[in-house]
Amino acid sequence: MTTAAPAPPTATPARKSGASAPTPARPRRRGGLGPAALTILTWAIALLFVSPALWLVLTAFKQESDAATDPPTFFFEPTLDQFRTVFASDFLPYLGNSLVATLVSTLLVLLLGVPAAYALSIRPVKRTQDVLFFFISTKMLPVVAVVVPLYVAAARLSMLDTVWTLVILYTAMNLPIAVWMLRSFFLEVPKGIIEAAQLEGAGLPRVLWSVMLPIMAPGVAATALICMIFSWNEFFFAVNLTASQAATVPVFMVGFITSEGLFWAQLAAAATLASLPIVVIGWVAQRQLVRGLSMGAVK
Amino acid sequence: MRTTLRSLAALGTGAVLLSGCAGAGALSAGSDGTTLVVAIVANPQMQDAISLQSEFEAANPGVSVKFVSLPENEARAKITTSIATGGGEFDAVMISNYETRQWAEFGWLENLQPRIDATEGYDDADFIPSIREDLSYEGDMYSVPFYGESSFVAYRTDLFDEAGVTMPENPTWEEVAALAAELDDPEAGVAGICLRGLSGWGEVLAPFNSVLNTFGGRWYDEDWNAQLDSPEFREAANFYVDLVRDHGQAGAANSGFGDCLNRYSQGRAAMFYDSTSMVSTVEDEASSTVVGRSAYVPAPVARSDYGGWLYAWSLGIPATSEHKDEAWEFLSWMTDKEYIRTVGEEYGWQRVPPGNRLSTFKTPEYQDVAAAYADPMLQGIENADPENPSVRPVPYTGIGFLAIPEFQDLGTRVSQQLSAAIAGRVTVDEALEQSQRYAQTVGDSYREEGR
Amino acid sequence: MSAATDTEPARRTRATQRAQGWALRAPLLPALIFTILVTQLPFLVTIFYSLQSWNLLRPDSQTFVGLANYLAVFTDAQFLGAALNTIVFTSACVLVAMALGIGLALLLDRKFLGRGVARTLLITPFLIIPVATALLWKTTMFDPVFGLIGFVLTPFGLGDVDWVSQYPIVAVVTALVWQWTPFMMLLVLAGLQSQGRDVIEAGQVDGAGRWQMFVGITLPHLRRYIELGVLLGSIYVVNTFDTIYMMTQGGPGTASANLPFYIYQRTFLGFDIGQSAAMGVVVVVGTIIVATLALRLIFRSFMFAQEGIS
Repeated sequence: MTTAAPAPPTATPARKSGASAPTPARPRRRGGLGPAALTILTWAIALLFVSPALWLVLTAFKQESDAATDPPTFFFEPTLDQFRTVFASDFLPYLGNSLVATLVSTLLVLLLGVPAAYALSIRPVKRTQDVLFFFISTKMLPVVAVVVPLYVAAARLSMLDTVWTLVILYTAMNLPIAVWMLRSFFLEVPKGIIEAAQLEGAGLPRVLWSVMLPIMAPGVAATALICMIFSWNEFFFAVNLTASQAATVPVFMVGFITSEGLFWAQLAAAATLASLPIVVIGWVAQRQLVRGLSMGAVK
Repeated sequence: MRTTLRSLAALGTGAVLLSGCAGAGALSAGSDGTTLVVAIVANPQMQDAISLQSEFEAANPGVSVKFVSLPENEARAKITTSIATGGGEFDAVMISNYETRQWAEFGWLENLQPRIDATEGYDDADFIPSIREDLSYEGDMYSVPFYGESSFVAYRTDLFDEAGVTMPENPTWEEVAALAAELDDPEAGVAGICLRGLSGWGEVLAPFNSVLNTFGGRWYDEDWNAQLDSPEFREAANFYVDLVRDHGQAGAANSGFGDCLNRYSQGRAAMFYDSTSMVSTVEDEASSTVVGRSAYVPAPVARSDYGGWLYAWSLGIPATSEHKDEAWEFLSWMTDKEYIRTVGEEYGWQRVPPGNRLSTFKTPEYQDVAAAYADPMLQGIENADPENPSVRPVPYTGIGFLAIPEFQDLGTRVSQQLSAAIAGRVTVDEALEQSQRYAQTVGDSYREEGR
Repeated sequence: MSAATDTEPARRTRATQRAQGWALRAPLLPALIFTILVTQLPFLVTIFYSLQSWNLLRPDSQTFVGLANYLAVFTDAQFLGAALNTIVFTSACVLVAMALGIGLALLLDRKFLGRGVARTLLITPFLIIPVATALLWKTTMFDPVFGLIGFVLTPFGLGDVDWVSQYPIVAVVTALVWQWTPFMMLLVLAGLQSQGRDVIEAGQVDGAGRWQMFVGITLPHLRRYIELGVLLGSIYVVNTFDTIYMMTQGGPGTASANLPFYIYQRTFLGFDIGQSAAMGVVVVVGTIIVATLALRLIFRSFMFAQEGIS
């Protein structure tokens, strides 16, 4: 799990000067910077931009005494001690809860969202715009405004500290955006194909599953990915509605910060581990994300 | 079409059923035993307790413990919400002398006295009297102390020697401020003194209130008239803000106890006025670079002869708990003399939770490691008188806080003003003017009710 | 219109129409009902609470007080300050992130060595847990003594700036921008890649300069994507809680508190349920008013294309 840190460590902060280096290259008459200079510039900016994240990963491999120093320490003997500490403090149950909350809620979002998006696109119902507006407007609700009623309701239903409460809330949290994104993907599907399938007597599930889904796959994948990112990273509900059984990874992170002495290296290790699953999924699926978003935006 | 709907409906019902089951499952821990859910504040001493939980579980077969460990503000918010709404997630909660009496009065906490009396060898007379008293309601204890704290000054003897200055045995704030000016060395990155500036009533207001009390200031007079614009309050606020701005640590407005502790332990301050519990970090090789280089003196004074505070992290059992017997087993384990011995032997005596039991201070091993600080610590705790915090009479109790429910809100708001003054965003006068208004609103509600 | 005058066939048609209407609506209902149940029901309870005086720490203190809580909200200077901060955070973050996102997307929209890796690196900040992002910036980046930013800026005489206390809004916006830039970049990149090569080549044949090309052809094409990014970004950033909670706790004072954080504090540190509920209601109403104006504008441009199809 820790292989993701092939430290280009010393390079990152020093890139400051690198960022401005290519500017002397005068724009040529048409092409602007030469391709090589442009590549170097791109890389310099990319590294500079991501350097805080690299620094985080680097810090995770330090001993506590190297983590907070003035000036910052760039060379040190890497250690896995901090990761051991994280695993020793019962990290895995939190990971499990995050996985369940993220995956189940994403699944539910798709199950509810795909038919809804269909109803709002292929053969739109009346007042489609109002419904869409309603969905989006629920995203504007500040969740703090409803957390006390939710807490009281969960307590009455004996659903405090269960991961299913989070599943329900995350589903509600992501459903509006999902419906919205999915709807624009549906609009991409040529009408002719659907009508042809329906003439052959295929019902809605079949039409959805075997005709439309293949076309929409990147869009659905992008939607699912967005839902997963937001669910995995959600903090407010998780911290207020769970205690011991259902707490998720961000809650672990916060609990890991001791109020009597902040240990940077430990913190960095926890942050690295906590983010790793969703970061990897995001990396793997980035192509779908770009394609999905591009489908979504045109319509 | 119809099938989709039906399957969706089925799925929905399934999810609800599933969640219902899971909910039930989470509350009763299955057939093979009891799971205690304990909410605690994420402090190093509590981390040690988490690491030692296997010993408790070994001694109590069939009982397992799950900790919910959160930073102070979060933990307090969660615990309070849960107790006040009867959420019932927790079988034991970590609270303090701020909450205990109020919650006992409301019937939210289990009376522990009968259990204390029935537990052989649990020697509650060994608790430091001031703390025992502050955790009792109508003579019965409603929570038991895990550790107690007052405040004192840690200072770096090596830096003092270098500068050729000495610390008086019982310093006044005037003297401490002069020393801070002398030792402040921004070039070397060493602040004259480290003082909390972070907003939050548990943060900046704890040290500030102790300064306020010894300066003769008070929040309210006997008739609940807010006194935040009185000359004494103003003087104390100006003193505190000036000291931390002129000779305090960088970024003071955002540094709380944890941050100050980190700085002092990394040698970034010559003095540190804060909770006596700092010693567990400052004198611990694993987290400090200044071990053995500090000396300790009692909290500085101004007009009164006591300048410290009194605070205790304690454990109570919510009235809603379904496992009170097991919860008491756990509480008594964690606050027993035996536990202190275990920590001392496992992790070193500098790490024991200090300041709850008198016997700790009589243990030879503890006296050895704690020679530098045991006396001022015990003195600070024993001499605290939360019933009469200020020089002049007040209608409230509590030293680092006011023991009224409204203080969480009021304290937070006033602390924000104070923190803004420390950041230099408003003047002290502006901060106090605003704070006076908040305080008067609360005072009015008390006057109307004639409480 | 009365049933008595209906002829048999007409009634049948209407019945079928109604059945068809329901058949069309049916797929929508589960999602709609679910959303109403989970989001609107609790909000009704919040409205009820907002009419009560209720301090959680005083049992049996719950009494009906009418609109008193609302009066208190509108006279609360800090509430208004938090509202202003919310606007500043949201607009600054969304605009800066979008500008940076466009820049990065333009850089990535060409073939070069290690393009995939560079893009992978660049999207990472969006994927990291915001709680971790906030801590990362607060500690290892912005810390006045040990932080990387201070170290890097020392040659410029800015080494000792305590960003989080002196410029809390800048600090929070920086962390937010860092987190949201990749999202904007991805959207713009998607837009750039959907742009036909032929258009660009045609432009180049015409001898248009880079800048002219960008303003004249690319930017109009990107409009949809930019609008979508601004919309989605605003929706999420306006509700930011974890970053502020972790970085500044709304401080110093209330200098960097936004509305969600301020309401949170009044709820969970003050336990004044009535008043915090009233704040919640005010925010919801305010947001809906702003959103109706803003959203309808954007929506219209999104809708026109679509309505044509249906």
